[in-house]
Amino acid sequence: MASGVRAVAQARGPAVAAGRRVQRRWLARFARRYPLGAMAGIAILGLTVFAGLANHLAPYDPLANDFGTMFAAPGARHWFGTDAFGRDVLSRILYGARTALLVGFAASLVGATIGGTVGVAAAYFGGTTDLIIQRLADIMISFPIIILALAIVAILGSGTFNLVAAIAVSFVPRIELVVRASALSVRETTYVEAARAIGARHWRIVFRHMVPNVTAPYLVMLTAFLGQAILLEASLSFLGLGVNEPTPAWGLMLSGAAVEFVQRAPWMAIFPGLAITFTVLAFNVLGDSLRDALDPRLRI
Amino acid sequence: MHGSHAPGRRPELRIVAVLVTGLLFWLLSAPLGAQQPRTGGTLTFIVSAEPPSFDAHREVTFALIHPARPHYNLLVKFDPLNYPKVVPDLAESWTISPDGTTYTFKIRRGVRFHDGSVLTSRDIKASYDKIIFPKGDVISVRQGAYTMVASVEAADPTTVVFRLKWKAPSFLQDVASPWNWIYKADIIEKDPHWYERNIMGTGPFKFVEYVRGSHWVGARNEDYWVRGRPYLDGYRAVFIGNAAAQVNAIKSGQALVEFRGFSPPQRDDVVRTLGSGATVQESGWLCNNTVVFNSRHRPFDDARFRKALSLAIDRWGGSTALSQIAFVGPVGGLLRPEGPFATPQAELEKLAGYGRDIAAARAEAKKLLAEAGVPEGFEFNLLNRNVEMPYRYVAVFLIDQWRQIGLKVNHVVKETGPYLADERAGNFDAAVDFNCDFYDDPDLQLVKFLSVELPNGSVNGLNYGGYIDRTLDRLYDEQSRTEDAARRITVVRQFEKRLLDEKVWQIYVLWWKRIIPHSTKLHGYKVGPSHYLEDLQDVWISE
Repeated sequence: MASGVRAVAQARGPAVAAGRRVQRRWLARFARRYPLGAMAGIAILGLTVFAGLANHLAPYDPLANDFGTMFAAPGARHWFGTDAFGRDVLSRILYGARTALLVGFAASLVGATIGGTVGVAAAYFGGTTDLIIQRLADIMISFPIIILALAIVAILGSGTFNLVAAIAVSFVPRIELVVRASALSVRETTYVEAARAIGARHWRIVFRHMVPNVTAPYLVMLTAFLGQAILLEASLSFLGLGVNEPTPAWGLMLSGAAVEFVQRAPWMAIFPGLAITFTVLAFNVLGDSLRDALDPRLRI
Repeated sequence: MHGSHAPGRRPELRIVAVLVTGLLFWLLSAPLGAQQPRTGGTLTFIVSAEPPSFDAHREVTFALIHPARPHYNLLVKFDPLNYPKVVPDLAESWTISPDGTTYTFKIRRGVRFHDGSVLTSRDIKASYDKIIFPKGDVISVRQGAYTMVASVEAADPTTVVFRLKWKAPSFLQDVASPWNWIYKADIIEKDPHWYERNIMGTGPFKFVEYVRGSHWVGARNEDYWVRGRPYLDGYRAVFIGNAAAQVNAIKSGQALVEFRGFSPPQRDDVVRTLGSGATVQESGWLCNNTVVFNSRHRPFDDARFRKALSLAIDRWGGSTALSQIAFVGPVGGLLRPEGPFATPQAELEKLAGYGRDIAAARAEAKKLLAEAGVPEGFEFNLLNRNVEMPYRYVAVFLIDQWRQIGLKVNHVVKETGPYLADERAGNFDAAVDFNCDFYDDPDLQLVKFLSVELPNGSVNGLNYGGYIDRTLDRLYDEQSRTEDAARRITVVRQFEKRLLDEKVWQIYVLWWKRIIPHSTKLHGYKVGPSHYLEDLQDVWISE
């Protein structure tokens, strides 16, 4: 049995290596054609590393109050200064990246996956199922994302999990529409017809034949909504509906004392603001580049 | 003989001299720049949170008092301009029996509710019966403060008699409670919960509308029983939770005042912008933040754990630091630090968590945690309300203090309504709470700490911790009955030691300092140590 598995793995070895070569070549081509996108990707990678290693890189405990250094200006001891509680702003930004990426990735992944699945299902089944799903999506889409997320958080309450849920739910109909449009054309392809003809079950047709062929729009939407999710997290936290103090979160760092003491300690608002701006910009640029790279209609 | 008259003896000159003297006296006695009250205008003021219900007998928050108090009258009230003087409101006079156990109030004639019906002593009795002897599922959070009351009687349509079981020195002030709104007897009898969702009183302003999340509007009661009052045509309470937005509203003139309080930096910001257009009034504050522990949850049922939590807090350091950014200030015991029952500092420092050596206190706290079997990194939830000032600041401070003895605290923030509902239902581990009052009196301030089930079988709706401590109940009873002032203070100190040092059912964090920066257009308002007293009857605006 074990030798059988080994044999299969050995047989697959060259195929895997070839696959990796293709990926590397694709990445190199992407970097050449879309240098801005590549830079954005590197920035996001860097941010992810910073977030992951925040506990090693942060010079101070992000939660530690130090009343001896309240409102300290940026300097040698505190590069980005300190806030109203004497907490190191740089350390809070590094840890805040965790919150931003956690909420951003989780909300986008959940929203895009649910939206994508529903979109494919709507396209595949068509008829009444499609009609109902589309009308529900129309209703949800009639609310601006921030309003829908606000309403959901108001019902569920604040906190990281609820924040992820609120943002994910507000993404679902938007992603569903895009994926459904792609899935509609896939549904008419001959290989789907063939699968139907040989009596393949619905789930097999959807997940085996249709889902892989709508991966490109799914990935593009996922990347595009990552930036939006981070911005939404920041907005909701700013409004007091996101994560709670003393959790380091960029939006939260911009609210409360940062607004109140903006004249006395502007660094409390400037640095988290810059962190949000650059991160969202990076995700948007990467999303645009990926869309250009993956959408065959945009290829020259 | 008649050729020359001394001037003072000529009658006409004497009259002129009297008139000139009178004029000079009047001019000198009138404050410089004093203005006559002006009728008209709408006062817009800020309220930081929204009312959980409309029934003051069951609520404990300014979020109800500020927007809704002007719709009601009390039996007697604290004079907002001359605190703590008690003045007539619906009672035009009162007498106290020589033994101090019978209070007889004469009720004004001709006072009408906003629906046109006439107020009688029956309405007073029904309201006080609801407060002191609530029936069924009716919640009255202050019934514990009236344990001395044996009965309330409506002797005739204009007379109400309170018979006490013992002489209570502060009973008149207790009756002047700004929470004791007088409701209509017929409505209470029909549906005792009606006032939780509706407004109908005899006050200077009639209810117009409440739009949740936005505003509350009142309009002048044209049939108000005080001649010439109110001065205002109406008022508009706007609900703004964000502290920076509140300051901006005052600075821009969209609102003239916030009746609760601002922090020193907020005050400075308002004054910087409005300049001579701002007036700042400051006062001590009969208000503080406490932390209530849910003694029904482990390990909060263990006094060692609770004491460790109190020991971990550097109150003196926190007071110095937080007073720069929030409206918290003095370190104090159970009674207001500036008040007549304040704990002397030497005694205060002997209580757990009040010592000056925070390192030693935290070492003792860690020892207690180990004894109680609470592991390093133990995690619990701290419930808080989403009122930024000062709750958010106090919570950040507390979480950091407890982190320093190895505890991990999750901050759970809710709106005022759900927050209070969770406290009442016991859905919390620990909660940032408050003990705010309208008068310095142990009968009032200590009632919150009595057992959840009182010895007489009634429920103490202010005890969210769910504990029963008959020693505290006995000490409360003893101080309430004690006529000797010195003895009373001694018993209060025993109560304080039992609560804050031995059992640590609840703890005090910091007392507050009241700072009200407002527009100079606002008149007839004077800040006092309570933020519950304003009824807008005498308030006016100059343009």
